Amino acid sequence: MRFAIPLIVLAGLIAVFFFGLQHDPRELPSPLIGKSAPAFELPIVPFPASDAPPLRLTASELKGKPLLVNFFASWCAGCQVEHPFLMQLAQTGTVELVGIDYKDADADLRAWLGQKGNPYAPILADLEGKVGIDWGVYGVPETFVLNADGVIVYKHIGPMTAEAWKTKIRPLLGAGA
Amino acid sequence: MIRRLMSGLAFVITATNVQAQVVTEKPPIPLTAEQDVRFRELLPDLRCLVCQNESIADSTAPLALDLKYEVRGLVAQGKSEREIKKYLTDRYGDFVLFRPPFDARTALLWLGPGLLVLLGLLALVLHVRRTRQAHAPSGPVDAAALKKLLDEQP
Repeated sequence: MRFAIPLIVLAGLIAVFFFGLQHDPRELPSPLIGKSAPAFELPIVPFPASDAPPLRLTASELKGKPLLVNFFASWCAGCQVEHPFLMQLAQTGTVELVGIDYKDADADLRAWLGQKGNPYAPILADLEGKVGIDWGVYGVPETFVLNADGVIVYKHIGPMTAEAWKTKIRPLLGAGA
Repeated sequence: MIRRLMSGLAFVITATNVQAQVVTEKPPIPLTAEQDVRFRELLPDLRCLVCQNESIADSTAPLALDLKYEVRGLVAQGKSEREIKKYLTDRYGDFVLFRPPFDARTALLWLGPGLLVLLGLLALVLHVRRTRQAHAPSGPVDAAALKKLLDEQP
């Protein structure tokens, strides 16, 4: 009986730590979930290189089908980690990948993707990182899942994995995927 | 487990690789003396999302520098502190504020320490009372008997 209260306190602490320490403090919840993708207008990076004047793409053109919007950069190591999986995903053709190249040089990007393959349908250049700020990006790679209405339904922080794709993202894309 | 280690490793490598990102030259934003004071007062309240326990004022992370620049621009446009904080929380959530607003989600965060102190005080009061009762004198002191006892000492 003397030890009842300390034991209860100890059990409570163990429970708090058990659940609390499973959270990754680097994964911050995004306030953009359930909202329309923030507006932007960015130049499309031609891949391979082309002399034609660069086309531009706006957020409103992302509507119509579910998409993954992946913020990445050739200088980012986490992006190297996820690249093979993104290539696999692109080959299955289940979902279109829009790549937003964050604060990167086009030449570095082309060198990297030229060597390893390009999983992205369009690649957009966010040279100043301003669109990244509007989307609440705080460390590449980050991947947003957009539904056909252009609404953000999920955000994956860090390298994309087969597990995250299977358990979290594919179920959100509906029966077709 | 291995995956966790891998992503941890990836994070470390990312952190050391950050220098390779492109830094664009941005035009300086002039501030009036009054705006400069507001700008400096605002920054320590804003959390750097990369280093997490540093403020945007102290951090040299590229994102912190970018956000500092955005905030400077908003101050120059004459936006209020409230509008600027909303600009940031709309994008990054309450985490970007060192002092998040009080609401249902943050109630435990704000009240928790006070509740713990109250619980501790309650436990202390109960404990003191119990020990006091255990050591309380059994009855009134008989002054004459006490004096007699003392006088007997050599």
